[in-house]
Amino acid sequence: MAPTDQRTDDREAAFYAIVDSDGRIEPRDDMPEAYRRSLVRQIAQHAHSEIIGMQPEGNWISRAPSLRRKAILLAKVQDEAGHGLYLYAAAETLGVSRDELLELLHTRKQKYSSIFNYPTLTWADVGAIGWLVDGAAITNQVPLTRCSYGPYARAMVRICKEESFHQRQGFESLLTLTRGTPAQKAMAQDALDRWWYPSLAMFGPPDTGEQVSGGHTEQSMRWGIKRFSNDELRQRFVDMTVPQSEVLGLTVPDPDLRWNDERGHYDFTQPDYDELFRVIKGDGPCNEQRLRHRVAAQEDGAWVREAAAAYASKRKQAAA
Amino acid sequence: MSEWPLWEVFIRARRGLSHQHVGSLHAPDAAMAVRNARDVYTRRGEGVSIWVVPSGQITASSPDEKDAFFDPAADKVYRHPTFYEVPAEAKHL
Ligand SMILES: [Fe+2]
Ligand SMILES: [Fe+2]
Repeated sequence: MAPTDQRTDDREAAFYAIVDSDGRIEPRDDMPEAYRRSLVRQIAQHAHSEIIGMQPEGNWISRAPSLRRKAILLAKVQDEAGHGLYLYAAAETLGVSRDELLELLHTRKQKYSSIFNYPTLTWADVGAIGWLVDGAAITNQVPLTRCSYGPYARAMVRICKEESFHQRQGFESLLTLTRGTPAQKAMAQDALDRWWYPSLAMFGPPDTGEQVSGGHTEQSMRWGIKRFSNDELRQRFVDMTVPQSEVLGLTVPDPDLRWNDERGHYDFTQPDYDELFRVIKGDGPCNEQRLRHRVAAQEDGAWVREAAAAYASKRKQAAA
Repeated sequence: MSEWPLWEVFIRARRGLSHQHVGSLHAPDAAMAVRNARDVYTRRGEGVSIWVVPSGQITASSPDEKDAFFDPAADKVYRHPTFYEVPAEAKHL
């Protein structure tokens, strides 16, 4: 074996020794190139989801039914911007630039969560997003607070703390509607009907059972990035959410949903994964609109960034 | 346009504690970095004081030599109080 191979092997062994003992990899540690690349993609797509995710709810800020709801919604949407920033900063520790990542989003080379390509048609959708979409995000994200890459894990700790407010305000908002007039209750039910399956699809395609092995999930688990399969997390979400829907007095739109005593879990109907792939590929109801808005926001803000940079350099010159 | 410089953000959670690294952000200058840090990292009263430092100004120990670099402390157990055996009657030691 050539000496360089030996060195590479030693470095890999050191990497896996840390990962296998549940330690954290930090930015300047040696890491396999595939691990670095996979993390950049995952963290960037996560960051993109946070900032694109501001749009469906942002749509309702100017039409919130009360000042209280408006202040809450503003705070939530601002949090999502913050989540994007934590995550872009975490991705940057892996040697990519913010501009590069935004460019990949704008040119559709990197994706964001397909859920944000669905429209928010009524005020109840804002509550449903907080309850279901943020609820699903929490289910996905809590295990990531222990993922093997330090900066990502730390960003997830901050994010998870803030997400619980997001989920509770959504639930409370829906509860207010379901305890309101029949029309308000119907509006809440309609929101659940439309958001249920897209929320289940947020966990990604099935990744357990014999048809799937050696895929992305297995590799991510080997690297200590992913701790549970998509299917486990989806089940956890259903088990948590169904009793909450009963408190709301709403009906989950799944005639086959029932408690399975033997498994100790709910049996439920899987979402339509063909639809998921179609939406990811760009064929969802709002893909075009979301990206157009993102690019426009970036372009419209250019003069502010330029002015701030010009001011900073002028002050620097004056001080020199 | 080229990116604004990167800043590392340190926050004192409350009086009596030291500043702790919480993350980083981009800003055109130090004053804007402090303002942005307030909005990004202290939306829920997480701090009473903020430091920002240009990331490029930080000098770090090299991870490549981390074993050799920190080794000198490893075999000096006599730097710890538990190294010393004293009779149980000797109190407050
Ligand atoms: Fe978020
Ligand atoms: Fe959220």
